[in-house]
Amino acid sequence: MLRKASSFPEEMLEHVLSFITSDKDRNAVSLVCKSWYEIERWCRKRIFVGNCYAVRPEMVIRRFPELRSVELKGKPHFADFDLVPDGWGGCVYPWIAALATAYPLLEEIKLKRMVVSDESLEVIAKSFKNFKVLVLSSCEGFSTDGLAAVAANCRNLRGLDLRESEVDDPSGQWLSRFPDSFTSLASLNISCLGAEVSFSALERLVGRCPDLKTLRLNHAVPLDKLANLLRGAPQLVELGTGAYSAELQPDVFSNLAGAFSGCKELRSLSGFWNVFPGYLPAVYPVCSGLTSLNLRDANIQGADLIKLVSQCRSLQRLWVLDYIEDIGLEELAACCKDLTELRVFPSDPYGAEPNVSLTERGLVSVSEGCPKLQSVLYFCRQMTNAALVTIAKNSPRMTCFRLCIIEPRAPDYQTLQPLDLGFGAIVENCKDLRRLSLSGLLTDRVFEYIGTYAKKLEMLSVAFAGDSDLGLHHVLSGCEKLCKLEIRDCPFGDNALLANAAKLETMRSLWMSSCSVSFRACKLLGQKMPRLNVEVIDERGPPDLRPENCPVEKLYIYRTIAGPRFDMPGFVWTMNGDSV
Amino acid sequence: MATSVLGTDRADNYKETELCLGLPGAAVAKNEVETATKATGKRGFAETVDLKLHLQAKDGVMDLNENIKSITSNVKNHLPAVTIKDPAKPPAKAQVVGWPPVRSYRKNVMSQKNAGEEGDQKASTGGSSAAFVKVCMDGAPYLRKGMIDFMNERKLMDLLNSSEYVPSYEDKDGDWMLVGDVPWEMFVNSCKRLRIMKGSEAIGLAPRAMEKCKSRT
Repeated sequence: MLRKASSFPEEMLEHVLSFITSDKDRNAVSLVCKSWYEIERWCRKRIFVGNCYAVRPEMVIRRFPELRSVELKGKPHFADFDLVPDGWGGCVYPWIAALATAYPLLEEIKLKRMVVSDESLEVIAKSFKNFKVLVLSSCEGFSTDGLAAVAANCRNLRGLDLRESEVDDPSGQWLSRFPDSFTSLASLNISCLGAEVSFSALERLVGRCPDLKTLRLNHAVPLDKLANLLRGAPQLVELGTGAYSAELQPDVFSNLAGAFSGCKELRSLSGFWNVFPGYLPAVYPVCSGLTSLNLRDANIQGADLIKLVSQCRSLQRLWVLDYIEDIGLEELAACCKDLTELRVFPSDPYGAEPNVSLTERGLVSVSEGCPKLQSVLYFCRQMTNAALVTIAKNSPRMTCFRLCIIEPRAPDYQTLQPLDLGFGAIVENCKDLRRLSLSGLLTDRVFEYIGTYAKKLEMLSVAFAGDSDLGLHHVLSGCEKLCKLEIRDCPFGDNALLANAAKLETMRSLWMSSCSVSFRACKLLGQKMPRLNVEVIDERGPPDLRPENCPVEKLYIYRTIAGPRFDMPGFVWTMNGDSV
Repeated sequence: MATSVLGTDRADNYKETELCLGLPGAAVAKNEVETATKATGKRGFAETVDLKLHLQAKDGVMDLNENIKSITSNVKNHLPAVTIKDPAKPPAKAQVVGWPPVRSYRKNVMSQKNAGEEGDQKASTGGSSAAFVKVCMDGAPYLRKGMIDFMNERKLMDLLNSSEYVPSYEDKDGDWMLVGDVPWEMFVNSCKRLRIMKGSEAIGLAPRAMEKCKSRT
């Protein structure tokens, strides 16, 4: 190939590229010129596919022949909240089958919200001799039989992480399938498993893996056995306990406290199902070193909770139930100056009345006391514009702000006004905001603020908000970096969608359910935009049996170079091409 | 200059960017807005334009407190009262699918709730089909707070009938009864806690069931 005298030799460029690992940077490199595209694609090792239907596996394989790590996402985010019917799709098998043939040296597979069969796991277990890391996040469709295949065959496995997945548990014995000669495990997360695992197998496994840094147990591992595990792995950095209660016995307590004291590297704690508060002091020795504490499954309340949290002076991330209350958050704000991420979950999300004293004041305290606060997820039952304005002023570095006021369309409880101004202040002050979830009473005005100010916003979640299509139009026309938009129960219809059709090709996906988009508009969009898959989800039956101006139940639109998908169930209709 | 300009510009831009995809009878943005307003009874965009928020898009933080004060006074003068409860909305506490947005898988894992109340067991959850009851299993070292899916009667009974264990429950009156002796609805409404007993200990529970049925139907 002819080269100008001034260009780099290929080998040098490859060497330089080996230091560039971010997907965005790699993508940018590949666009510089054809030779850079070629060099880059031959040395790319990791790929992230945010929507498994945006591209076919053959296309990925053709372009990137030397991959070692593949990450895929399947179902839309709202599947987490039961809005996507079972059987919608996201089956990973076609990908696994293709990857197995193309990449014998593949080392990592990370999947989120996908349907993973035992057969897929068996293929993974047997196809990749150097397989190292399997992450199944919020996945389903497999049982411990599939896990047994992985345990038995993956001789070099370093990580097995099943976070938040739903696993069928016909046998608790799969852990015993790791051979005695297997010692490479560095990370194990089985917190989602419903049934018991063989404790002796677990103990032996933990004891013989000197690199084990992360161990997240499930609730079935009893507290009196935890000390044994910890003594077998004092090098642990991240621990998820099992059930944290037992009858209070001094020897069990002192054994546990001693075991925790021995874990000098511990930085992250989680688990704590079924807490018996008398055992909490056993973890106090490690609190000062903790950077991450996840108590979202922990029924610790009142003084016990505050005492625990206030000892964790180095905390950067806290996930907790609203048992912490405003008073606990004040204490948090006073003690944990390095806090960057706070998530407060509802202990009683469906209760009619508040069961705890957690209000907007708690979040305001944290924003005042924690200057590094960047990421917030907060469930509460009341909010004011003034509080949001204050939070916005206190936390200009905020990158992720998700507020869930439990009652839909709840106004500012003091002024009875919509919360437009409050959220407006958030988007105006927090110039690096990448993710935002709205709630409460909101008019089109809030969307105008978002379209005007939220120039770095990538993901927006909207529910029970807005007055008209203008709201949607503000967002689609103003948010330049918008990647994912998910909307439910808003009066948004055809006009904004059709007027901004081109915008949809610049985004990963748009979800709209219980809105006012007509079947006619969906068809139009599907026919005119071949690089979008426009899918109507409607469990009432075929949409063409109803008048064309009838709104569809649910709509999922995503950009794709793979064309319409072949695996749609009976309640999903594609609006593309002749099949309409 | 602020919002009113912003508003007008937006409306013009909207028209310009509108793809002429030829929807028959497609209305211009503003008309659509007005129609929407009539339909929902909510404040429309045209009314909000007059608020003159003086949003400063340049550097410097806008004085939000000032704006909030001036807004609230304007609002009282110009706008109709904001209706908080839209009469067309369903009753306030009806269960909405997927709201609040809490992860659905967590309902399936054994979870605990309100552990601080050792004395009383709450069995109501404001409309959802599942309830939290204390479950005690003979032989297990500690109580579990279990979530019983009351919609799944068959699952529960199959599970328990296949073992040597007998499910019994304490009802509102404090009596211990056998599960399955009273109609399912009655059981669901009166169950305060469950105890899974070894079969040998369950003798003598059955007779009370008949009395209960008679007195409550």
